Amino acid sequence: MSAVRTPTLAAARLVFQRDMTLAWRRWDEVAQPLIFYVVVTTMFPLATTPDLSALREIGGGVVWVAALLASLLALESLFRADVEDGTTEQWVLSGQPLGYLLLAKVAAHWVLTGLPLVIMSPIVGTGLGLPTSVWGVLMFSLLLGTGTLSILGGIGAALTVGVRRGSVLLSLLVLPLAMPLLIFGSRAVTMQMDGDSPAGPLQLLAAIFFMALSLGPLAMSAAIRISVEN
Amino acid sequence: MSWTWFHKLASPPHAYRILGTIAPWFGWASLALILLATWWGLVKAPADYQQGDGFRILYVHAPSAWMSMFTYVVMAVAAGVGLIWRIKLAHAAAAACAPIGASFTFLALATGSIWGKPMWGTWWVWDARLTSELLLLFLYLGYMALRASFDDPQRADRASAVLALVGVINVPIIHYSVEWWSTLHQPASVTKFDKPSIDLAMLIPLFIMIVGFQLYFGWAVSRRLRGEILRRERNANWLKEAA
Repeated sequence: MSAVRTPTLAAARLVFQRDMTLAWRRWDEVAQPLIFYVVVTTMFPLATTPDLSALREIGGGVVWVAALLASLLALESLFRADVEDGTTEQWVLSGQPLGYLLLAKVAAHWVLTGLPLVIMSPIVGTGLGLPTSVWGVLMFSLLLGTGTLSILGGIGAALTVGVRRGSVLLSLLVLPLAMPLLIFGSRAVTMQMDGDSPAGPLQLLAAIFFMALSLGPLAMSAAIRISVEN
Repeated sequence: MSWTWFHKLASPPHAYRILGTIAPWFGWASLALILLATWWGLVKAPADYQQGDGFRILYVHAPSAWMSMFTYVVMAVAAGVGLIWRIKLAHAAAAACAPIGASFTFLALATGSIWGKPMWGTWWVWDARLTSELLLLFLYLGYMALRASFDDPQRADRASAVLALVGVINVPIIHYSVEWWSTLHQPASVTKFDKPSIDLAMLIPLFIMIVGFQLYFGWAVSRRLRGEILRRERNANWLKEAA
């Protein structure tokens, strides 16, 4: 019974690498949230007004709402394949701290969906009339916001594995929890645009991110255990 | 110290019997207090110098808003107890709380909106407290939707318990973020109505009403929990013997 256990960090890295490899082989799925993001933000000028100075007023909020929706879109299937083929069950049995493995999986998911949204946001924002001076704040706030949302969404996805029509349910569960992110994130952008210091909301965003990072894995592993055991 | 009384409490037959005994007490006491507070608040309390009689909806609005948050905390505590000690009765209690809490939240929103029409001139203002009540309603609806989407009752219990705990950690964050958001967007004059030091003559019926609402909650949760127990234990022997 003296089987050598893989160090936790190495195991987490393996999970991360595996998910990245899988994603590269199905890159079209990775691109979908990004396309969704651009399409949604295109709808606002069409629905309201093409006037850039008017769009600028709501631009920060629109980018944020679209980014939240786009990153939720891909979350629903986060754990499904792994639960169905028994991979998650093996993780539970492996003796590794489940939270770390799930966090690695969420991290891979964030690199594949959250990060592209962050990189894309200046382009989308420019289309909505946001000045170049807010690019930094926009990207930084989205960096923290999509990270937190990936963890929150990970909890939601873990709870709704195997549920009929899970994607609507997931949005219903996660979006109310994500409202503070939306408030602080879009507010930081607006404050920067108005010439105020956005440090306050950014710090609050960072605080929420670290809280999600520390408590999220606990909730995720509890949720996955429930899904696997029953 | 012996814990047998506690374990007894967690057994469905005992809980069913005890709840049946205490429910009427809660019910009649709450009815008496709510009627007393209604009379006191609508007839005896003086009209507000600024809002006239319009403020009297406060006697429904404030207790419902308070109960909407109180119920969420009770639900989360019950869910946590159920999750940690694997007590099925606690899960049933959490399940019983959710619709009651959602109703209180809805009542608080509706009365706030009705109050807002004469005071603010519109049915809806993106006021901090109204907005966080609305988000609380979404949390309740999400909880109930998650619970309803599982066929396996045990999984429904435990999954929704995790959600309730995540939610209860988030409720203060949501509340304060909305408050912060609201103070940035609105002149403070709008929220001035509720805040000023309220006269004792108006406060006493409010307290009575809050106690009445608490007792009503006790009654409603006892009744609902009895229903939950019946539904969950429908194949159990003790029920067949009792029937």
